[in-house]
Amino acid sequence: MMNIIWFGLFAVGLVVAAFTGRIDQVTEGVLGGAKDGVLVSFGLIGVISFWLGIMRIAEDAGLVDSLARLVSPFARWLYPSVPPDHPAMGALIANMSANILGLGNAATPLGLRAMRELETLNPGSDTASDAMCTLLALNTASLTLIPATVIGLRLEFHAKNPADIVGSTILATLVATAVAIWLDRHFRARSAAGGRRNRA
Amino acid sequence: MIALLSSWALPVTLAGILVAGALRRVRVYDSFVAGATDGFSTAVSLIPQLVAMMVAVNVFRASGALSLLIHGLAPLLDRLRFPGELLPLALLRPISGSGSLALVTDLFKHAGPDSFVGRAASVMQGSTDTTLYVLTVYFGSVGVRRPRYAVKVGLLSDLASVIASVIAVRLLFP
Repeated sequence: MMNIIWFGLFAVGLVVAAFTGRIDQVTEGVLGGAKDGVLVSFGLIGVISFWLGIMRIAEDAGLVDSLARLVSPFARWLYPSVPPDHPAMGALIANMSANILGLGNAATPLGLRAMRELETLNPGSDTASDAMCTLLALNTASLTLIPATVIGLRLEFHAKNPADIVGSTILATLVATAVAIWLDRHFRARSAAGGRRNRA
Repeated sequence: MIALLSSWALPVTLAGILVAGALRRVRVYDSFVAGATDGFSTAVSLIPQLVAMMVAVNVFRASGALSLLIHGLAPLLDRLRFPGELLPLALLRPISGSGSLALVTDLFKHAGPDSFVGRAASVMQGSTDTTLYVLTVYFGSVGVRRPRYAVKVGLLSDLASVIASVIAVRLLFP
């Protein structure tokens, strides 16, 4: 996918440049873009390193486990097909807690463990189970508390107050997550109804 | 209220984590350095991807192709009250994290981080994860080949996040 998009940006750009006669600007753009890519990444090293350092303290302090108790009733509502005492539920709750805390780096391994546990409930199948679809819906929408990379980028470009987008980001991420949960339940119900009709 | 949340979110999170770490007797400095070392390699490994995408985005903009695209779709986007400059970002956000970061950089450079599009782009970049990447990694890890409705749900919630980002910035930064 990225191969097609990357090639396409160049191909379309070069063809359009041939018509608009902006070939000098394109050359400049190529050289400037390569330089910008490095400068921007370098500028982000500080913020990303700092934030992941802080996040590691949160992990080591066991904040994921502390949140788990609060999250578990909600997880049972989200994953009705998973038995509450199954190991999969533990992994699902841990993944959700890590996401809520904004521990993206910790959430992924926990999510993958949840996928393996869910696979044991749905063995040998290459079709996603209901619970897997819910897990994916939550993780693609991914609740964000502190968008550290974006704040770092805003700092680089001298935003007046780099963190002033945190409130709007939390608002948008809540809306997207609520929509994801609703869509997931909607499509799950529809697919269950379709299944019954097929069997009848 | 939300402005207050914005200015307090980072310091409060920071203080909360440090206090929790101290209370649980975590060796906070050692943990920090271990995590920051990971962060450092994450940031450095971003360089080749960002170089690739910044060059491609610059070619697309410098050639005039970007403004052709935006002007071509302007009648439709205006009716939806959606700013055309954000369209490429909305399309690329679910596909590539580094690609969309390059587009956000490009918008900051041309419109500024404190412009409406700069802020909306910040929110779009921060408020969702890279859907296709997450789907590939999660389903790939257990060999699921039929994702059923998961792709549809992921992409539709990305659409919701784009709309919510634009509305949130309009509401909170009048």
